[in-house]
Amino acid sequence: MLKRTPLYEFHVACGAKMVEYAGWEMPILYRGITAEHLQTRASGSLFDVSHMGRIHITGAGAADALEKSLTRNIGQIRVGQSRYSLVCNPSGGVMDDVIVSKHPKHWLVVCNASNREKILKHLTDVRDVGGFDAEISDKTESTAMVAAQGPRVVELIGETLDVDVRSIKRYGFETGTYMLSRFTLFRSGYTGEDGVEIIVSSGTAQNMVKSLSGEMSKPDAPIKPAGLGARDTLRLEAGMPLYGHELGESLDPLTAGLSWAVDLGKDFIGADPLRVIAKNGPAKKLVGLELQGPRIARQGSVVKRESAQVGEITSGTFSPTLQRSIAMAYVDAAHAGEGTELDVDLRGSISKARVVPLPFYKRAK
Amino acid sequence: MPVPQDRKYLESHEWHQLAGDVVTIGITQIAADELTDITYVKLPAVGAKISANGAFGEIESVKTTSDLYSGVSGTVTAVNSELTTNPGLVNADPFGKGWMIKVKTTDANPLAALLSCDDYLKKTGH
Repeated sequence: MLKRTPLYEFHVACGAKMVEYAGWEMPILYRGITAEHLQTRASGSLFDVSHMGRIHITGAGAADALEKSLTRNIGQIRVGQSRYSLVCNPSGGVMDDVIVSKHPKHWLVVCNASNREKILKHLTDVRDVGGFDAEISDKTESTAMVAAQGPRVVELIGETLDVDVRSIKRYGFETGTYMLSRFTLFRSGYTGEDGVEIIVSSGTAQNMVKSLSGEMSKPDAPIKPAGLGARDTLRLEAGMPLYGHELGESLDPLTAGLSWAVDLGKDFIGADPLRVIAKNGPAKKLVGLELQGPRIARQGSVVKRESAQVGEITSGTFSPTLQRSIAMAYVDAAHAGEGTELDVDLRGSISKARVVPLPFYKRAK
Repeated sequence: MPVPQDRKYLESHEWHQLAGDVVTIGITQIAADELTDITYVKLPAVGAKISANGAFGEIESVKTTSDLYSGVSGTVTAVNSELTTNPGLVNADPFGKGWMIKVKTTDANPLAALLSCDDYLKKTGH
């Protein structure tokens, strides 16, 4: 039986096409992936991300347990701040990528839907093995989480929610009250646009979304619902990794280009093998590719140079914003330099590609 | 979802319409909706020989890449070149302007083995 988010009825009422994703019934699209993508870049979109795991950690040893589990230096985070981090296995492979937030009385870890059970168990094991005084509780199914993303979101959200969004820094958050229910509003997202992510109780979510979206059914509505399809093409243009594509248990964060989220100066699970990789330099590199022609590279497509395999595609799409075929790939470090001409084998026929800097798309500040 | 009665189908979602000894082939609305926004259609050249149940081309969307299958054998007499610059026609009008190829066939009853409209819907769970 698939799980449904508190916004299931809203999706159906908006005409969503629902699909299975990580055990949840989620909207893949409402009107069309490309249309929803462009709406997000031009104005604003609302995404249901309630399927993502929301784990609370409290207690005197909570920070120590997280310090051991996360690649990011937890001691530097102040109340009201969030940070992107990795959770690594003892070999330095990525168990998940998460956002960790420091609340006055607890920590919040937001993880991928597909890794929720694994991360819950891992955090519990770390606590038990280390003897940390910490309580870990899964709040995923008692809350909802929505992301509002796009250049007009920050100006519009203040009309509905009594929060001064402009005063919140990127990766900062604040709490507020809506219809007697507490919510947390984070200035973050996964689209390459400015915007917010909001966690609210399940019972309040549907009402909040309705008032946030207001006159969403009008053709020129500034904020419209968007599905997981557009979320994927948006994050790819923004050069953001997706677990299961750019990240996995046999891939390390340094090779993925995420050294900025790995504090090798502290002790955490996976630190030793990562120090070796940092010292020798990663053998491969995660790169952006621009392909000639309209064809799309898919995960697993082989990347070649002079007929020899030098890499593998992790994600690809036809970029709605740039109107060209783009992809991310792991490529041998020797062939990963910007401007390198490579071949991508697409079901037996070759498309020419060039290594380009990530992200593919950067919003105007 | 409307599926025209005046043609026959493969379970892999291609429609076939017979006029004289020429069969026009395209994909159904169900398939176009499932693929989502179509970005590229690779079709054979005019004069190419194709065979029943063989792949004659490829279709790509934002989501996935799939083979296109023919239910008949014959020679390609026309391809819809508009799809090169406007592959979205397949999403917008799959049974009309989004047609893909015309095949001249020598079979006496070329569509006999293909699915009726009802059987296609049943087989594909619609």
